[in-house]
Order: sequence, then structure tokens, then C-alpha cells
Amino acid sequence: MNGKAAAAGMEAEGAGARRRAAMSRLRIEFDPVRDRSPWWAPIAAAAAALAVCALFIAANGMDPLAVYKKMLTGAFGTRFGVTETLVKSIPLLLCGIGVSVAYRISFWNIGAEGQFLAGAMAATAVTIYLPDLPAAAALPLMTLAGIAAGGLWGLMTAVPRAYFQVNELISSLMLNYVALLLLDYFVFGPWRDPGGLNFPGSPMFTAEQSLPAFGRTRLHFGLVFALAAVLLYAFLFRYTRWGYELRLIGSNPEAARNAGINLNRQLLLVMLASGGLAGLAGMAEVSGVAHRLMYGISPGYGYTAIIVAWIARLHPLGLILSAFLFGGLIVGGYSVQTIGLPSATSEMLQGAVLFFVIAGAALGRIRIRRVR
Amino acid sequence: MNEPYAVEMRGIRKQFGSMIANDNVDFAVKAGEVHALLGENGAGKSTLLSMLSGVYRSTGGDILIHGRKVNIRSPKDALALGIGMVFQQFRLVHTLTAAENIVLGEKSSVWRGASWMRRKMEEIGAVADRFGLNIAADRPVWRMSVGEQQRVEIVKVLYRGADIILLDEPTSVLTPGEAGQLFETLRQLRAAGKTIILTTHKLREVMEIADRISVMRKGRMLKTMSRFETSERELAQLMVGKPPAGVMKPEARLPGRPLLEVDGLTVDAGEGRAAVRDLSLAVREGEIVGIAGVAGNGQSELAEALAGLRPWSGGTIRVCGREWKRSSVRMAIESGVSLVPENRMRSGLAGSLDIVDNLLLKTYRRPERSRFGLLRGSRNRAWARSLVERFDVRAAGLDTPVRQLSGGNQQKLLLAREADRDPKLMIAVHPTQGLDIGAAESVHRLLLGLRDAGRGVLLISEDLDEVLQLSDRILVMFGGTIIGEMSRDNADRERIGLYMAGLRDVPGEEAS
Repeated sequence: MNGKAAAAGMEAEGAGARRRAAMSRLRIEFDPVRDRSPWWAPIAAAAAALAVCALFIAANGMDPLAVYKKMLTGAFGTRFGVTETLVKSIPLLLCGIGVSVAYRISFWNIGAEGQFLAGAMAATAVTIYLPDLPAAAALPLMTLAGIAAGGLWGLMTAVPRAYFQVNELISSLMLNYVALLLLDYFVFGPWRDPGGLNFPGSPMFTAEQSLPAFGRTRLHFGLVFALAAVLLYAFLFRYTRWGYELRLIGSNPEAARNAGINLNRQLLLVMLASGGLAGLAGMAEVSGVAHRLMYGISPGYGYTAIIVAWIARLHPLGLILSAFLFGGLIVGGYSVQTIGLPSATSEMLQGAVLFFVIAGAALGRIRIRRVR
Repeated sequence: MNEPYAVEMRGIRKQFGSMIANDNVDFAVKAGEVHALLGENGAGKSTLLSMLSGVYRSTGGDILIHGRKVNIRSPKDALALGIGMVFQQFRLVHTLTAAENIVLGEKSSVWRGASWMRRKMEEIGAVADRFGLNIAADRPVWRMSVGEQQRVEIVKVLYRGADIILLDEPTSVLTPGEAGQLFETLRQLRAAGKTIILTTHKLREVMEIADRISVMRKGRMLKTMSRFETSERELAQLMVGKPPAGVMKPEARLPGRPLLEVDGLTVDAGEGRAAVRDLSLAVREGEIVGIAGVAGNGQSELAEALAGLRPWSGGTIRVCGREWKRSSVRMAIESGVSLVPENRMRSGLAGSLDIVDNLLLKTYRRPERSRFGLLRGSRNRAWARSLVERFDVRAAGLDTPVRQLSGGNQQKLLLAREADRDPKLMIAVHPTQGLDIGAAESVHRLLLGLRDAGRGVLLISEDLDEVLQLSDRILVMFGGTIIGEMSRDNADRERIGLYMAGLRDVPGEEAS
């Protein structure tokens, strides 16, 4: 009898629901606070980006599936491809952690590119002005110089923001161009290799000035830097007092002030770390991959790192995955050149992924509900 | 019963997610009466009004206006039915004049020259005069007092032709004097045949102004009755759901040594304006000092200065006999000053962080909480769990972001944090704002407990009842300074009200 009553109740409820549905219309509600997009949202965004770029490739008279396959095998299909992908993911990961540290306290550092170049230049300066150091002195010195220069470049956006409320988005972006022009000045000017047939680059580094490689691959010691940085980053935010202070600032700066935290000082420290990581990436790139400072040393690692960080949602594990993925995208981009597509295809794909990730986050704040 | 009600709501239901704000509410208002909707914070009063004024749409039920079934989908629909609402937070553009605010959104004419505005001013003046509402229509809103701004809102509603006027917590921002003036206006409106519905949780006001009273609790309508057939006591019982424990009159104790001594304090508010000027006060061990006053008279700035959040430009602050040389939150924390801030989610808690993190906020530097730069995770969790239990914070778990807790539980969490530090001096700013009676009571008990343990409490509140109920001494703040002081025994509501309005020379009081 009970069951019957329950069934009747359910039926009545069902009828009610149908009636409501018939009279209902959809309403869009916006919640500016909470992003409720599910964990698979970045994957859906990537899929959407692939679909849109497929249209573009098809419009160029190519078979998108074949192109994607080519990219995939180019990046991940061979031993060489995988190590190349890893090589590219080292600077992406280091810069990605760098910007993530800043984003955790809502400081919008988009100057990782400039900080990367500053690190690369400082490391090269060591090889130019102290050419005969042994490896045990040269490499640590280059590393420190890279970190310090990147950190200082980062401070150049943090100091005006902390004391004069200068918008960091603009200052950090503009400083990227300053760093780029400085690089051009050095490689076309005083640091140009006299024996380099006019190639805009510094003299090749000696073995003492180069980071050791793994076996016969191009994969270098920078990978250790990058993985150590991820671990440190994860540990810092989870277990340390400083990480707690940063989480507090990120969640509510007013509450952090109430806890007696000096916001300006923390901002400077964070940008020192954020820029330092990008600077380390720059050092690793000249010392581990190019073995010289040269024109166009970065294919935009500092900018791609912003996408890497967003897709990872600043999560350490996510950073590893997305850095590897975007490393693959760069390598895959090179490999499609062999079938006649511009390597800009991969940049387009990167841009499309970011676009859809941001759109997905915005959608995550929107509920569509039926209303009477 | 042959004349239909001006407003009739039948079986109204409103749901926000899983929270039911209004559950099968029946509500009826006669034409030409002042009807008070009474209930604690969160009882569903404002939600009910919002459905009448078209801000929300009901999830179920019918609304009848003058006996005709209607569908109110927007504030525009409501206005077409003659319903106008005066919100708790005024909807005025501060840089515009009163008249410009009133005609804002009017779609009658594209060309709005001087003569059009003059004509509108005349119309507005006529409406205001008719109901005895004194407003300066050509003055910008930012130069008006709160009471005046509210009159502008009322004129706006009348000008747009409303004959059913809804007021949400109209007295919450007014001084007692201004509230009296508002009630006078409401009586005139009633005399002119308008129907008025207002929400409040203040019993005294209800008995003073309302013809009929409806009491809500937890989203349900309990009872509607005439003013003459009820009493404050009955209303209080209905609101709370249990007989009030009588007025909690804590026993006065002999205060001890001074904990806080403020002498000639001046705090700048920026732009060369002093928010606090030449203010002196003292809080001793074992006493609660209440500061009454209308918001915006320097209370927030005083609290911030005493918590080390805001530098001061003149005078001295001494805590436990030691003079503060400069403004520092760390120093305030370490010298045992605790702040329960005005707006807990804005400055007291970090919404996206969990309970443990929020409890750590003031003490994470102590060796019990962190060592060698590392947080002591499991130890802190156990400590947090004990606090949550002791202060009866209801939450799904320790990992719940505090944003998801109810207002009462957020405040309990914040107080747990501040009380557990065993502060010497607690500065509590509006500590029960937005809390229901049950939660407010536990906050009061906590403050009294601190006092009885020999701590000092500086209670800053706009709620006069709260100040009167808890304080051993009462100070009234006006224009950035203390304008009057009285002990608990000779505290009198009327005099405090006059002080709050800035009238220092109380009539009938001879200078000796």
C-alpha cells in the first residue's frame, strides 16, 4: 500500500514536472564568484580548439586529420619527437610555474617572456666576461645570474605596482619589448660572435658553460630544474607558512592585511620568485639547448606559459601535463612544415585553446535554469 | 469581507537552489493600512517583498492585486500595478540631484531642456508637498543625510504613481529622530489612502506604526494580527519561536586596570577630512564599553586605528600601559588586541579557503601552529576540530570553504578564532549584524564571558538594544568624537537618541 501511495505520488510529481516544463522558459543566471566548470572543461576546450582549427586547415586545402596525425607523431610518435617535446616543455614549465606563483596572489604578470630573456642575457654575460671559469664555478654562477636577472626584471613591474599603483598588465607587457630590444642590441652589437659569419648570436658556449645532457639526446639538466621547481611549488603552497600567507592574499587581501601580512612586501617577494623562475628558464635555454645567446632565442615561451598556467588552473600536476602538451604542440608545429603548412598553425591552435579555456571558465559561472 | 485586499499572496513559494526562502506563504494586506512584516534576519520578509516588487519571481503560488490575479515579472510590471518599493540600500545616483534621480528612467520626452526640468521640478514639488515630504529637489544626493535620501526614494515612488508602497527595513539606517519623522510621513500617506507594507525586526517600531502585523519565521508565515490584539512580548515569542530568556542583564562587576587608553586621537579619512577627531576613551579589565552611534560617524576608522589597520595623525593609544609608536597589525595582534570586523566576509575571513586556514589567520606565526616555516598540519587540524566543536560551528567538514557556511556560522567561526587567542581587548564591530536571534545570543554570551574572565570589550554597534543590553558603560559617537557618556544604570534611550543625532545640549539638563 505504501508502495502504491509512493508510486501515485511520483506520478503526480511527474505530471507536475511536465506541466511546469510546458510553461517554463530558460533563464540564464550569472554567478561572478564561483567557477563551477567541471574538471573535464579544459579537455573539452582543447577538443573545440582542434575542431575550429580543423575548419581552417580544411579551408587551406589540407586534410585536417592528416595534419593532426602528423603533428601527433611528430611530437610524441618517435623517441626523437618525445625528447624534443620534453626539451620544449622545460622552459614552458619553468615559466608556467613562475606566472602561476604570481597568479596565485592575483598579480597578473604577463612578462615572463621578458624575464626569460633577462635570465638568458645575464647567463650569457657570465660566459662573455668570465670566459675561463671551470664548470663547477661557471654553471652555478650562470644559474644564479639568470635567476637574479629574471627576478629583477619581475621587480620592475612589482615595485611600481606596490608603491604607485601602476597596472602590472601594462608594465610587464611593455618590459617584454624592452628585454627583446636589449637582446637584439647584444647579439647584433657587442656580443656578436666575430667568427660567426654575421650570424646575430654570441660565441658558442664551451662545454664548461653548457648544462650536461642526458645521453646523446638534446634533453638537458634543465629538466631537473623544472621538476624540482614543480615540487617546490607544490610543497610551498601546501605545507609552508609562506605558502599559507600567499593563499590568504590570493583569497582575500583584506583578510591578509588583518592577519598582519605586509602585502607590498609579499608582492615584491612573489615577483622576485616569479621572474626568477622565468630567468632560470632563460639560462637553461641558452646553456642547455642553444649553447649561445641568439636572435629569436625564445619562440614566445613566456607567452605560451600563460596559457600553460591557465589550462593547468595553477595546479602543479596540471602544469606538468599542460607544459608537456604545449611542448608537443610546438614540436608538432615544426613537423607540419614538412607537408607545406606554416608552423604558425601550431600558434593558431595554442591561441584557440586559450580562447576556449577562457570561454569555458566564463561559461562555468553561468547556470541555465528553467523557470516558470 | 466584500472589499478585496489591496495585496493578496496565496501559497507563495520561493526557492534559491536548495534553500527555501518562502514556504507556502499566505499574506494579505488591506487597502489603506500600514502593515508590518516582522521577523528575524533571514525569515524571508525581504524575499516576499521582492516578489511583489518584481525583483524575484516566485517558484509557486498566486499574487492578487486589488482582487485581480497578476503576474509580476519585473519592477516595471509592479509599477504598472501601482506597487513601488523603497529598498534598504537606496538606489540613487549620488552625483545627480534629487529631481534628476526621480525623473531618471522616464521615457516621456527626448528633449529635456531647462523648461522641461522646471516643469518636472514643479510636479515633484507638488507630490512632495501633498504628503508633507520635505526635500530639496535641486540638491545633489551626496550632500543629503540618509534620512533625506530616504525621503527622495519615497517621493520617487509616489511620483511614479505607486499606491502600494513597500519599504524594506526603512529604519535600519536612521537615527531615532529620523525614524520618528519617517513614521509621521507614513501616517500622512495612510491618511491619503496609500497602502504601506514595511519589514522590520524591531518590535517597538511595529507597535508604534503598524495597523496590522504579520510575523514570519524561517520562511513561513506564522500569524497576522491587529496591533490592538497583540503585545511586544507575544510578537517576540512568535519571532524567536521560544519565550525570550528575559532581558539578559548581566551583573555589573568592578572593573580593573585600564587595558586601552585613547587620548586625543585623530584619524584622517583621506582628502584632508578627519574621520575621528580628538577622541578619548578608556576600556578597563572586566568591562564592556559600548559605542552607540549612526554609521559613518567615525566608528569604522576608530576600530581600524585600534586594530593597527589605519595610521593616526594625532593623540596617543596605550594598550596595557604601553604606548603604540606606530600603526602595526602585527603589534596589535601580539599585544592581545582582537578585532571582529564590521564586514566578516570583506575583511575577516577568506571565503575560498577552508575552516582550518581561516582559524589559523591570526595565530599561524605561533610555535604551536607552525615550526621552521612549516605549518603543523595534523596538529592544526585537531585544534581546528576542537574549536569547531566548542563554538558549535555547523559545517560539512573542516575542508569546507567558509564561503559556503551560513552567516551565523561564519561569525561563530570568526569569534572562535578571536576568542581562542585569549585576547586582552576585543573590539567587536556590529558583531551580530545579519545574524538571527539564536546566533546573536551566542555571540552576546561570548562577549559577556570574555568580560567575566577579566578581559575588556569595546562594542561598536548601531543596534541600540544590543549596546544597552551588554554594555557597562555607553559612549555615543557623533562627528568623529565622543559626544556623550553614561553608565548602564542611568542610560536612557531618549537621551542616547538625541546624542546620536548630534544634539549635545539635551533640553531640561542644566549646566552645573
